[in-house]
Amino acid sequence: MQLAKIIHWLVNRWIRLACVAVLAIVVLASIFGPLVSPHRISAIDSKNTFGRPSVQHLLGTDELGRDIFTRVMAGAQLSLLISLSVLSVSIFIGVLVGAAAGYYGGWPDLILMRVTEVFLTFPSLVLAMAIAASFGPSLTNTILALSIAWWSSYARLLRAKMLEIREEHYIEAARSIGMSARRVLLRHALPNCFGPILVRATNDLGIVILFSTTLGFLGLGPQPPSPEWGLMVSTGSKYLSFAPYYAVAPGLAIFMTVLAFAILGDEIHESYRQTAQQVEGA
Amino acid sequence: MLSYLVRRILLVIPTLFGVSVVVFVLTRVVPADPALAAAGIGASQQKVEAIRRELGLDKPLPVQYAYYIRDLSRGDLGISIYSGLPVSQDIVRFFPATIELSLTAFFLVCAIGIPLGIFAATHHGKNVDLVSRVSAVGTTALPTFWLALILQLVFFHKLHWFPLIGRVTSFHMRPEHITGFFILDSLLTGNWASLADTLYHMFLPLVALVAARLAIVVRLTRVCVLDVLSLDYIRTARAKGLSNPRVVYKHSLRNAAIPILTELGMQFSWMLGGSAVVEMIFVWPGLGFYTITALNNMDFNTIIAFTLIVTGLFLASNLLVDLTYSFLNPRIRFE
Repeated sequence: MQLAKIIHWLVNRWIRLACVAVLAIVVLASIFGPLVSPHRISAIDSKNTFGRPSVQHLLGTDELGRDIFTRVMAGAQLSLLISLSVLSVSIFIGVLVGAAAGYYGGWPDLILMRVTEVFLTFPSLVLAMAIAASFGPSLTNTILALSIAWWSSYARLLRAKMLEIREEHYIEAARSIGMSARRVLLRHALPNCFGPILVRATNDLGIVILFSTTLGFLGLGPQPPSPEWGLMVSTGSKYLSFAPYYAVAPGLAIFMTVLAFAILGDEIHESYRQTAQQVEGA
Repeated sequence: MLSYLVRRILLVIPTLFGVSVVVFVLTRVVPADPALAAAGIGASQQKVEAIRRELGLDKPLPVQYAYYIRDLSRGDLGISIYSGLPVSQDIVRFFPATIELSLTAFFLVCAIGIPLGIFAATHHGKNVDLVSRVSAVGTTALPTFWLALILQLVFFHKLHWFPLIGRVTSFHMRPEHITGFFILDSLLTGNWASLADTLYHMFLPLVALVAARLAIVVRLTRVCVLDVLSLDYIRTARAKGLSNPRVVYKHSLRNAAIPILTELGMQFSWMLGGSAVVEMIFVWPGLGFYTITALNNMDFNTIIAFTLIVTGLFLASNLLVDLTYSFLNPRIRFE
């Protein structure tokens, strides 16, 4: 039933299908690409540096003769991994803080929200840059830095939603039959927050990729010889005058992936808003 | 009005306190030893210990925090390991270039984006809506660093139309130093050659920053104006027989301005972060360029200073936006 609904929603507009197709390609390429490719991710071939795009090397080779196409596919793995991890951590903390603040109100709300506001004050990219630089550049620290910079927006979202839900009749009903606050919160209130979280998260999956590749570009992400997209663009930018595809290819991969997430997020947001309006109108 | 202003400024204090605590914790929980970093590679154990005492790093954390706040209130941000100069001195030197670039970009985004957004709202229909939506979503997905590189590739490497890097061609083209803002200084001294050279160098970084945010501001303005145009009092105004421009500019804009301003405040904070990346690529000698160089050298004092300054500017711009609200909508003042 749910699956049929999702499929119906997808085929309703071609743009939604196109986004899902692009994302499916990215996911499949990230998992199977490096396995299927005849070239190894970090196989150095000093005789074939800066090879032009050819049948053998679809996007040419880099300064060490490594196949750029294989590395771009491997980079997708890293970007998706970082993005999913950052959002899982952020949503977990955000739900914990936001739900507690919104549901219980009073002094927990006051304290938790003051802390959240402090984190919301920092521009996310700048805070992530500072944390990544202080902790030292690596894959784990990129995830850590972005999660610390990201969770606060989910806490705010959850609190706002919780304040709204708290007043609903079904919550009152659940309380009146003697359910414990924890049970009401977990079984009745939280499941109704998934809509807004999903809408935000689809869009954020792309934005986090954008931020993590920016950190990578600045040298604050995974270190060489990692095939991280931002790092590849950064290395490729040194050879822009005679090997433009080196910097352009991973950048294009970032753009396409983030764009697919952004359009899909926008579509989900629109549908969600329309449904909410219909419910209100009814 | 004054009491509103005072109340609003007082509300910033707890936030500032929180920000300073977060930044302080950030510098103290780092795995790298700040004393070791300050002493430099290959320093003896005694020297490291001496520096630890000198920096007060051997004291308990609350005492260290008190020292840190004391220094901060004096404007003492420590010494930059990278340049060897006080961080505050470096910031004064690099700040004008950043402000000049990001303010000009911000001004251009508003000057082009807001009228376009109003146009998109008043001429709304399938095609205009689609263009404004697609371009806005498209630009949010564009990595700024990549866009800047593509600009360099096309306009420098291929077409040779614009310079690759820098703020002016050579040292001789710099205007006489008055404010540090090259556009302003060259205007004040009547040095047209350096004004032209400054604008020529500024063009590509500006395009990168403006292109990254323009469509977002257009879409935002469009949504806000459309929301107001669907309200009852606008229908009344139209029913009274008022002309379309009068309804749009006189009646709806003032009410649409509040959400637009809020978003513009956010966009300005993005400009400051985004300009760091653009500065890095175009070797624009601003705060962002200086900080990113420091980031790669584990220069903690500089990193902290940059985070504090950008966050401070963000808070200040939010405060300014809030104060403008009360000017635009007098009801807010009396709440």
